[in-house]
Amino acid sequence: MTAVAQPLPAARRPKRMTPARWGLYAFIFITALYFLLPLYVMVVTSLKPMAEIRQGNLLALPIAPSIEAWVKAWTSACTGLTCQGIKIGFLNSLRILVPSVAISILVGSLTGYALSLWRVRGANILFGAMMVVAFIPYQLFIYPLVRVFSFTGLGQSLLTIVMIHTIFGLPTMTLLFRNYFASLPVELFKAARVDGAGFYQIYARIMMPMATPMIVVAVILQTTGIWNDFILGLVFAGRDNLPMTVQLNNIVNSTQGERAYNVDMAATLLTALLPLAVYFGSGRWFVRGIAAGAVKG
Amino acid sequence: MRLSLTSRFSAISALLPALLVMLVVYIGATSWTVWMSLTNSRMLPNNNFVGLRQYETLLGNDRWITSVHNIVIYGVLFVSFALLIGFLLAVAIDQRVRAEDTIRSIFLYPYSMSFVVTGLVWQWLLNPTLGIQHVLRSWGFENATFDWIVRPETAIYCLVIAGVWQASGLVMAIMLAGLRGVDEEIWKAARVDGLPKWRVYMSIIIPMMGASFATAAVLLSTGVVRLYDLSVSMTNGGPGIASEVPAKFVMDHLFERANIGLATAAATTMLITVIAVVAPYLYWRARKGEMR
Repeated sequence: MTAVAQPLPAARRPKRMTPARWGLYAFIFITALYFLLPLYVMVVTSLKPMAEIRQGNLLALPIAPSIEAWVKAWTSACTGLTCQGIKIGFLNSLRILVPSVAISILVGSLTGYALSLWRVRGANILFGAMMVVAFIPYQLFIYPLVRVFSFTGLGQSLLTIVMIHTIFGLPTMTLLFRNYFASLPVELFKAARVDGAGFYQIYARIMMPMATPMIVVAVILQTTGIWNDFILGLVFAGRDNLPMTVQLNNIVNSTQGERAYNVDMAATLLTALLPLAVYFGSGRWFVRGIAAGAVKG
Repeated sequence: MRLSLTSRFSAISALLPALLVMLVVYIGATSWTVWMSLTNSRMLPNNNFVGLRQYETLLGNDRWITSVHNIVIYGVLFVSFALLIGFLLAVAIDQRVRAEDTIRSIFLYPYSMSFVVTGLVWQWLLNPTLGIQHVLRSWGFENATFDWIVRPETAIYCLVIAGVWQASGLVMAIMLAGLRGVDEEIWKAARVDGLPKWRVYMSIIIPMMGASFATAAVLLSTGVVRLYDLSVSMTNGGPGIASEVPAKFVMDHLFERANIGLATAAATTMLITVIAVVAPYLYWRARKGEMR
């Protein structure tokens, strides 16, 4: 785990505003505008009626704000064949998300635990290989996996997509937990062994309760990662389970006739809502997750 | 400590899923893909070995050439701008600015959002009829043009704008952690010597942050090769084939154009590119680990 940036005491902040500091704040202000612009535009567009969008200015605040577009996006926007809104995608994404996060963390933590504390022959080779393959693009696996799943009769289904997320989450999850368990004092593990605790007992009773901070980080990483996935859901979930990102793309990019930009932006915001909530709700934990996921190997 | 038989069995049983995934998915699937690239498989995989013919076809395929051309432009610009902006932001925040937490949240929040969301928002902002161009004109700049997204020769730059917006915050977070790790003594010594701040950054701090730069660059680069969602949601590869990318080429040829041989040849080419980028990095990390 790398050091996470900590705020510095305010007392050491220079008191006078020199020209250089004005320049500094100007730079931060202008870049902040670039970063905030899309969010602002999404929100105001989603609250405007179409007439106002056609005549008005992209940046203008809505004259007569209405949540009509939000209601339409949620309940009746068309995703290709059906017109039941993005809520279908939202529910699908939830059904994919919950088991995928739980199972990938379970398998990843167990693998990390076995690789860190138990001297299994070939463990280092397995771990090293997992870190290397994490870099391979999905395009290398997708077709063979489609064939394997259709051969086993699972085809495209909820179970398939959950397994797929577990598989592709395994390297990062293993890394996360292996490094954490390896940093714990080994005496703890030895004492449990002396007391006669077995492999799974130590895992469930001692290691996992101690790993709560890592579990939080893992939940954040997997939740945003799986919610934001597009390609895997598109290929493996099947028509009835398409996740929210895929449905959103269908709503926006397969419209016939005039596009309802307010509905599009409302649907986009709805799709971004959960990761945004996780991000703003978790604060520094999110940064910790990035740091942990970033430092592979 | 010697392991009892049951414990050893348990440890091995816990590693079975990982081992299975490793052998079947990562090694098995990759090998099969590489093998299929040497066959003339069309809609279904077959085993008619044709050597490197698919790769020859690939090199003569306009869409593939455009895809590779695009990903090089995107890769170079995206990685450079994200590193530059991310680093500058980290340095700016490191100057003990006010409201640091708020500023950091503003720069990092795009990273929590998906490429699909990113692509759709920027598609709307760059829309020439009602987007930024329209705003500029309504402000009195009658001749302002910002229609990159509908022009074939500039569409790829729109993907860069959106990508940099999404990923710069990640670089900032990595760099800020690196900067906060710099020893206070260095700053004190530089102050005593009367070195200007920018000189300290240029000659001392940046050379010290090699690991942060390498990590950020590798993370961004692996994202480049995988680039798919952004192209699909923002331009769907268009106008025409102007913003096609390799990952999309593979997907389209697998599932729409029923040309598995060509698609897997393209995928294998992607794999070789990734190895060329990642292998030196992993080697460097391993060497560094040994020396410690």
